[in-house]
Amino acid sequence: MSALAEATYLPEGLTQPAPMRDGMDAPYWEGTREHELRVQRCADCGTHQWGPDWVCHACQSLNVEWVTVEPTARIYSWQRVHHPVHPALAEHGPYIVVLVELPHADNLRMIGNLLGDPMQDIVIGSDVEAVFEDHDNGNPPYTLVHWQVTNS
Amino acid sequence: MNHGLRGRTAVAGVGETTYYKRGQSTDPEFVLVVKAILAACEDAGINPREIDGFCSYSNDRNTPARLANALGLEELRYSNMQWGGGGGGAAAVVQNAASAVHAGSANVVVAYRGLAQGQFGRFGQGGRRPAVRGEFAYTLPYGVMSPAQMYAMRTTRLMWEHGIDRSTMRAVALAAYHHAQNNPRAVMYGRPLDAETYDSSRWITEPFRLYDCCLENDGGAAMIVTSAERAADLSDTPVLVLAAQQSGGHRSGAWVHNPTDYATSSFKLGAQHLYDQAGVTPDDVDVVQSYENFTGAVVMSLIEHGLCTYENANEVLTFENLRADGGSIPLNTSGGNLAECYMHGLGMQIEAVRQVRGDSSNQVPNVNVSLSNAGPMVEIASTAIYGTAEVLG
Repeated sequence: MSALAEATYLPEGLTQPAPMRDGMDAPYWEGTREHELRVQRCADCGTHQWGPDWVCHACQSLNVEWVTVEPTARIYSWQRVHHPVHPALAEHGPYIVVLVELPHADNLRMIGNLLGDPMQDIVIGSDVEAVFEDHDNGNPPYTLVHWQVTNS
Repeated sequence: MNHGLRGRTAVAGVGETTYYKRGQSTDPEFVLVVKAILAACEDAGINPREIDGFCSYSNDRNTPARLANALGLEELRYSNMQWGGGGGGAAAVVQNAASAVHAGSANVVVAYRGLAQGQFGRFGQGGRRPAVRGEFAYTLPYGVMSPAQMYAMRTTRLMWEHGIDRSTMRAVALAAYHHAQNNPRAVMYGRPLDAETYDSSRWITEPFRLYDCCLENDGGAAMIVTSAERAADLSDTPVLVLAAQQSGGHRSGAWVHNPTDYATSSFKLGAQHLYDQAGVTPDDVDVVQSYENFTGAVVMSLIEHGLCTYENANEVLTFENLRADGGSIPLNTSGGNLAECYMHGLGMQIEAVRQVRGDSSNQVPNVNVSLSNAGPMVEIASTAIYGTAEVLG
């Protein structure tokens, strides 16, 4: 189902992610290293939640768990970035950012890059699947979650 | 019904510095703020030492204590910082100042904003930190760094859900530049924009072209809020605060673009409270200042304030309709954040006041109700309605 990126979509040198110091989102980042997509789900009311928080936004329970979900989604919105605002992107050219929703997880939304031709046509509603992009040389090492249109 | 602030307070004076392209102010940011406050006091006809309260927003660096020192205040009775990044607080500061005055917490409160992007870093550039934790860990590594990149996808979704044409966004840009040509304060004074130039301008991030995006500027702006009674002593035609309201929706601050309602300017709920408080309807609004971080947000804001609908936006939001000289919805009559100055929206509150006073550089005839919103799409946006005593009946 999920694929492994062969090269990084954006060049090295951008700000890298790191887990929060209070541990709130550590399971997400640990999951990405294992090429699993983990999100929050309330142990009391069952609602999936993203972004992470200590509290269930649906029922205010503090009993929020982490679950692994199928790494598939559909495109909810998108942008094609042309103007670089970081030195590492100065010579890079356009890139695509997608906001995807996970219908099997209460339509929570995630952000990633859309792999493939940066000038491709993008259709809201298209099915996509996650692609895990490892950055083993990060400090700490990390893995990004991108998306690519499902071939079916 | 309790109308709260309706007509209890007034804007007695407004002031702004010269507006500069970012990096071109020779004054330090703090001096810009002091100059703006002094200008507002002079405009109001009050001694700066009468100020006893300060309200600002977006973590303004120029604190009330430092300003009180500089202005020689004998007593500082009230200070207030409106949370939230972006310009969502530009009308909330008026609400906060008016609330303080109405509650008796202070008598003369200044709402202010100073911004020298040339001295403290540009909004339009990405962060340079090696690592980031928390909310931005889910966006920065994917190249979502600048405000344009953070808000483009809401506009894409708006266009997709409601069939909004980008001609509406172009009309917003053309109206702003059209009005700036009559406003000597405007950074884009003498630099008109036509439709062809807009259409051929470079993409920043689709769906935003260059002219869909606000400027980056240096400057200072200030408004003096006091009681309606005091304002009536200072002026024969006081500008009343008819309503001022903050607006956030369900999970509007949810991380990673997860607000329950996504393609929104955040005004759907607040606008109703706003009109209820002011005792007016959208049909009563004579002129509109609608904060342009990006043109797409203006389209959302106008719809959510009831000034047009999703269904008729493509027909109503034309350059002709948005012009001060004869348009049905005169919009951003100073040039706004696109063409006057990105004073984080406070300049657009000042312009709304000027329209009531009758001294705008693009004056709409017979203004009684003047609306100005702030910070569309951010977690907490805000709107104020100013008007004449005639509206109170």
